[in-house]
Amino acid sequence: MAFKLKSRSVLPGFGLTLGLTLTYLSLVVLIPLAALFLKTATIPWDRLWLMISEPRVVASYKLTFGASLVAAAVSALLGFIIAWTLVRYRFPGRRIIDAIIDMPFALPTAVSGIALTALLSKNGWIGRYLEPLGIKAAFSPLGITIALVFIGLPFVVRTLQPALEELDGEAEEAAASLGASRFTTFVRVIFPSILPALLTGFALAFARAIGEYGSVVFIAGNMPMKTEITSLLIVTKLEQFDIAAASALAVVMLLASFAVLLAINVLQWRIAKRYRGVM
Amino acid sequence: MSATLTDKRRAVRDPHWLRGLMIGGTLLAAGLLLLLPLAVIFIEAFRDGWRGYLESFNDPYAWQAIRLTIIAAAVAVPLNLVFGLVASWAIAKFDFFGKSFLISLIDLPFAVSPVISGLVYVLMFGLQGWLGPWLSANNLQIIFAAPGIILATVFVTFPFVARELIPLMQEQGSEEEQAALSLGASGWQTFWRVTLPNVKWALLYGVILCNARAMGEFGAVAVVSGHIRGKTNTLPLHIELLYNEYNSRAAFAMASLLALLGVATLAVKTIIEWRLRQVQLASLEPSTVEPS
Amino acid sequence: MSIEIKNVSKTFGSYKALDNVSLTIADGELVTLLGPSGSGKTTLLRIIAGLESPDGDESKVLFDGENVAQQSVGSRQVGFVFQHYALFKHMTVFENIAFGLRVRPRSQRPSREKIAAKVNELLKLIHLENFGARYPAQLSGGQRQRVALARALAIEPRVLLLDEPFGALDAKVRQGLRDWLRRLHEEIHVTTILVTHDQEEALEVADRVVVMNQARIEQVGPPAEVFHHPKTEFVMDFLGQVNVFRGRVEQGQAVVGGVRIDAPAMVGAPAHADRTGDTKVYVRPHDLQIARHMNGAPALAATITRINPAGAVAKVALATAEGEAIQVDVPFEKFRELGLEKGEQVYVAAKQARVFAPEYEI
Repeated sequence: MAFKLKSRSVLPGFGLTLGLTLTYLSLVVLIPLAALFLKTATIPWDRLWLMISEPRVVASYKLTFGASLVAAAVSALLGFIIAWTLVRYRFPGRRIIDAIIDMPFALPTAVSGIALTALLSKNGWIGRYLEPLGIKAAFSPLGITIALVFIGLPFVVRTLQPALEELDGEAEEAAASLGASRFTTFVRVIFPSILPALLTGFALAFARAIGEYGSVVFIAGNMPMKTEITSLLIVTKLEQFDIAAASALAVVMLLASFAVLLAINVLQWRIAKRYRGVM
Repeated sequence: MSATLTDKRRAVRDPHWLRGLMIGGTLLAAGLLLLLPLAVIFIEAFRDGWRGYLESFNDPYAWQAIRLTIIAAAVAVPLNLVFGLVASWAIAKFDFFGKSFLISLIDLPFAVSPVISGLVYVLMFGLQGWLGPWLSANNLQIIFAAPGIILATVFVTFPFVARELIPLMQEQGSEEEQAALSLGASGWQTFWRVTLPNVKWALLYGVILCNARAMGEFGAVAVVSGHIRGKTNTLPLHIELLYNEYNSRAAFAMASLLALLGVATLAVKTIIEWRLRQVQLASLEPSTVEPS
Repeated sequence: MSIEIKNVSKTFGSYKALDNVSLTIADGELVTLLGPSGSGKTTLLRIIAGLESPDGDESKVLFDGENVAQQSVGSRQVGFVFQHYALFKHMTVFENIAFGLRVRPRSQRPSREKIAAKVNELLKLIHLENFGARYPAQLSGGQRQRVALARALAIEPRVLLLDEPFGALDAKVRQGLRDWLRRLHEEIHVTTILVTHDQEEALEVADRVVVMNQARIEQVGPPAEVFHHPKTEFVMDFLGQVNVFRGRVEQGQAVVGGVRIDAPAMVGAPAHADRTGDTKVYVRPHDLQIARHMNGAPALAATITRINPAGAVAKVALATAEGEAIQVDVPFEKFRELGLEKGEQVYVAAKQARVFAPEYEI
């Protein structure tokens, strides 16, 4: 197929468009991001280590990553139920549900933030029923987790849907014809084939949750050591004009989300390789 | 297609109780997690009825915030629209070394926390930043001013148009463009008459998503804005301000505007997706009549 | 317009798509480029069109004696028909055909009425008079192909280039379009080059066939010549079915399993008329005859393993005692007369065989 790939060279404008692309990309994205890493590199090692390991910072890591992990897991479970329902069943309102799945993408984070807080605070529609049960839904790690589930859910649903649509039922019919029960078919046939998509959705939700800010700050309460996420801590440091510490924390978070995205890519690459190997 | 899959084929059908449980769970999750927050915005905004709602807009700072929000989107969206077209032409129509790496770089702003997106510009243009001394010597201000807000908005909305166009244009290949060139069309004619009409729905899709994010961005803008009431507040920042002042009715009234934008975006997105599917189906199933 | 291709090479990375190819095509000729995928035929066509540029300066493409190697595709005035039609999806059939006229610079652009007249004339030519307002998605594959052809003809091309034009269509439509294309060519007489991997199509439609393999031209000639007098093993093998026997060559005759067969055209090696050692002997299925008994004529004993009598010829598969498979085409009349059955032991005689000089290059 080598000749097909190169065949595009008759079209004009390659130099111009690639040049513009690289220039604009560098100016808007690459140089500013490089500035962040350069800034962090100017900090002496011992100071840097102190900055990224002081107890308040470590507490924020634990909260951010812990809540993100739990939220991504809950999103994965809920997302699977929703995606399965939307793909497999026909019921009134299905198309509306399908459309509003993207609500968390479309709603500005600050708006979601105040809306969730209004719902979950102790006078809120939901919060008032939780309060007597001793559950504190707003201004607590639980609130942060709920906000992150809200943000992460569409990632899982939207990566699972195409994978479920690809299951055309033949494999299930084959399994049934070979005597497998519906449960066995699910565990042995369906689940393995959607697992990559589920993992990808989980990782995307997790990566997004780590960096989330707007929808969390309102509901978090922002108590140092208790309900302060790392993103907020960066803003706090910046407001105290401690730019070095803000940069150091930003680099830690960036590296963490790059690691997650790299993991997704490796996962997808390995799966693609496995399936290509068969052909 | 899958309607028949679940309804007609026994081996694929789930038992009734499971079906009920799953549908129930979906409705509950969607209702509580997606619809209720949307509803609460409008109910809080209209707590004192229409008059109370309109009163919330009797606030010059609110109008200033709306203005700045529109300005930021009006700069960021066209810039990223042109970038998206240029980048997807280079990437989809040509082969070159490092292409997939370039695509990853374009997606980079999606992987960066909004707060960090703002921070990098503070590091570039802030008083203690790389260009800060030079800027202040020349009496230019970017951070804590409108240019910073616009820059941060450009950053966070950077990939939206490009990432809608690149996969589509890659899939479409360049045969139609080659045909146009072989018929004597110039490069520009080929782009305007052949390439652009072929991607118009995806382009529109990218633009509305880009716009929704541009107008709704909070974290990145919060970092570079400085929160100067009446000067550097965008609508989301103004909402935060009002909310923190316990002026909840006004905060939700402002939020209702952005929520409407979000709902409109979803509606347009759904319509475009439906349209795209129609187009796809049409090209997949040609009429089978063959009069000679 | 005549076309001359001189010493054209093309490499993609480390892959050699064309290796020093030269070819001359006369004005008004219909030539097919035939070969398996990867043989370089499409690359050659795209180089003629200007969609691809050949390597180096020694590669030349001459249109009526003028070197166009440096000219862009748009200025060559070629009509290119793409394998998957490449119709503009968002334009009607009418707009598609008019495109090449409408994009001309204002000074050369025909008036609106002239364009409409031209398009209507072409719609008539492709028998789609009432389809001008339709979109490509509303047409069948064969109709789309004809629209693509009309669109290419609209710019009054100096040469018509067709890349596997019927490849994506089903057999019956393909046959119809093939006949139509042949008639069209007789009508408008524009120099035409058609790329195909379907040997039947190539032989049926062309004035001359160019057989390509592994970046080179194997043979050029009228259909009957390349079919009946293949110059290389590849051409013999690629055009139609063939039985390959291991045998020897003695005194200008092929010897297979002790049976001598006339091999009149010892292609490529008249001097090696007598050759020892194993060589490959090629016999077409219709050059073999089946008989119940040895009637003096030299023949191979074989057992019938399968019979497919559906068709103008009955296809009979046999196996020798050594297990070599033989394919024989028996005219249906003859098949009925013989009353052959599976499992029968019969004798196979060859009318003629073909032996090629071994390749020394390796």
